[in-house]
Amino acid sequence: MSAAEPTLADDRGTAARRDSAPISRRPSSRLLRSELRLIAGRRRNQMGLLVLAAVPVLIAVAVRISSPRQGRGPDFVSSITSNGLFVPLAALSVELGLFLPLAIAMLAGDAVAGEANLGTLRYLLTVPVGRTRLLVTKYASLVIGALWGVAVVVLAGAAAGVALFGTGPMLTLSGTEISFGSAVWRVVLVGLYVAVGLAALAAVGLFISTLTEQPLAATVALMIFTILSWIADSVPQISWLHPWLLVDQWMAFGDLLRDPPFWDNIAQGLRVDLAYAVVFGLLAWARFAGKDITS
Amino acid sequence: MTRPVEPQPSPAPGSDLAIATRGLTKRFGARAAVDGLDLLVPRGSVYGFLGPNGSGKTTTIRMLLGLVRPSAGTSTLLGQPVPQGAQLVLPRVGSLVEGPAFHPYLSGRANLQRLDAADLTADARDSRQRIDAALDRVGLLATAGKRYRAYSLGMRQRLAIAAALLVPRELLVLDEPTNGLDPQGTREVRHLVASLASDGTTVFVSSHLLSEVEQMCTHLGVMSDGRLVAQGSSTEVRGGAAPVARILTEQPTVAARILTELGLVGVEAVPGGVRGTPDGIAPEKIVAALVESGVGVKEFTVSSPSLEDLFVSLTGEGFDVSG
Repeated sequence: MSAAEPTLADDRGTAARRDSAPISRRPSSRLLRSELRLIAGRRRNQMGLLVLAAVPVLIAVAVRISSPRQGRGPDFVSSITSNGLFVPLAALSVELGLFLPLAIAMLAGDAVAGEANLGTLRYLLTVPVGRTRLLVTKYASLVIGALWGVAVVVLAGAAAGVALFGTGPMLTLSGTEISFGSAVWRVVLVGLYVAVGLAALAAVGLFISTLTEQPLAATVALMIFTILSWIADSVPQISWLHPWLLVDQWMAFGDLLRDPPFWDNIAQGLRVDLAYAVVFGLLAWARFAGKDITS
Repeated sequence: MTRPVEPQPSPAPGSDLAIATRGLTKRFGARAAVDGLDLLVPRGSVYGFLGPNGSGKTTTIRMLLGLVRPSAGTSTLLGQPVPQGAQLVLPRVGSLVEGPAFHPYLSGRANLQRLDAADLTADARDSRQRIDAALDRVGLLATAGKRYRAYSLGMRQRLAIAAALLVPRELLVLDEPTNGLDPQGTREVRHLVASLASDGTTVFVSSHLLSEVEQMCTHLGVMSDGRLVAQGSSTEVRGGAAPVARILTEQPTVAARILTELGLVGVEAVPGGVRGTPDGIAPEKIVAALVESGVGVKEFTVSSPSLEDLFVSLTGEGFDVSG
């Protein structure tokens, strides 16, 4: 610490320059950008993105070298060979069950519980970052993370699909054909719809993340929430509960591939997503705003 | 035993205290971690905040910084009530709370960039220069590109101090700043605190290294079991402890009898001699009385007890963790 000697007459470090004059505070996106750099720079997240990207490639290659068979969920796999854009759609329907929620769960675990676990939460709050601002920033980064994950699946799937199956017209679920150009727009809409669902899941994850100082515990808890939702959604005896489940309309994105698109289930899905995001966002805020930070 | 600080003359009344708390209390369940604390930290002072582990120092610091909500009482930081005004005042306060904490897979510099990015009052344009200046000030500039996880404990501690110095501060709250530093690093931190204090920064430093606090603090506060048992300027606090006379002799029994007859209090045997509190009796009278009675005096000293003796006498439990 050579610079610690009294000779370090570096005027920047000296006090009283700010005096007691009110300090100007400017709105800034620096914290959000720092948050995104943190997420993007973490090796584990990079590996996660690779896994997300590998699934559509795997599907494309597997379908190319074997004959298509009937799959579960929306019946995309059998239609893939007609147009490469069915690869990202098939990948989304496969990854929406586990991989995409897992990605959100990992990011949400890091968001608050991870910072509390490292102890960096106390230093962020004493910078100071207002607690509401911190939660909003964290949630914004999770929403961007959701878009990011979906975009990786869609882009990797589109690239693999187009490379292996070409850019012919797309056969809609209604049996009509649409051009490749309008098919691209349908896929973008599907991606956005899926990302909105994941963003709602992220609000649940953010709330859980404020409850614990163990990021892994928050991740596991959100996965349990997701899997229980899927199980409940598949039990017909409790169908009265289904409209209240976050995942109930997640697979409805197939309706966007009808001609014309069928909007009822999509609208219902978006309403449920919004309700979850609002309720759990408020719960997270209520929990975090007055919490004693002892980590 | 609590001695209030004399308010220093100041043109602006009410602004002469950097930290003031009144009846500050924090209960965790039934247990009071901090109990009715009345801290008075004058502006411009270097305030040593002492106390055994578990005596409530860190909880107090967390309350001052708005991390923990007090159960009762009020506190002001640089004239602003906290936690209500924390967002306004904290940009002027640098802090080190309960050891360093950073993202392990980011470099030292990237960690500081993150904290700087979080500060709405910091100017993004000179961020780089400020970060380099702070790193330079703690001697980390050369290793700023290494990942935090590769840092030694001493380097981590330095990085945390650098984070507290990212922007000019009026008040620094440093919780055990020399923890994990080697003797050289400890000396450097002492110099750093001295140079900051000479610039007018108030430094509130908690420590268990008493010798170090002894050397750099103008004011002291001693915590025991959640309560403040002594507070004031260093001389005030230490003046409260009477000096002790210490005699090394071959005839401790005779010496002890003479000391008691003279009116010294608390006379007791120590290895190689006796000691007692003169309580106003002149040292030369003590020596004369001993020599007249034929006691061979090998060594005679009258001195104030060390801060450590004082600390033990105030907290009673030395460094044991309290309840």
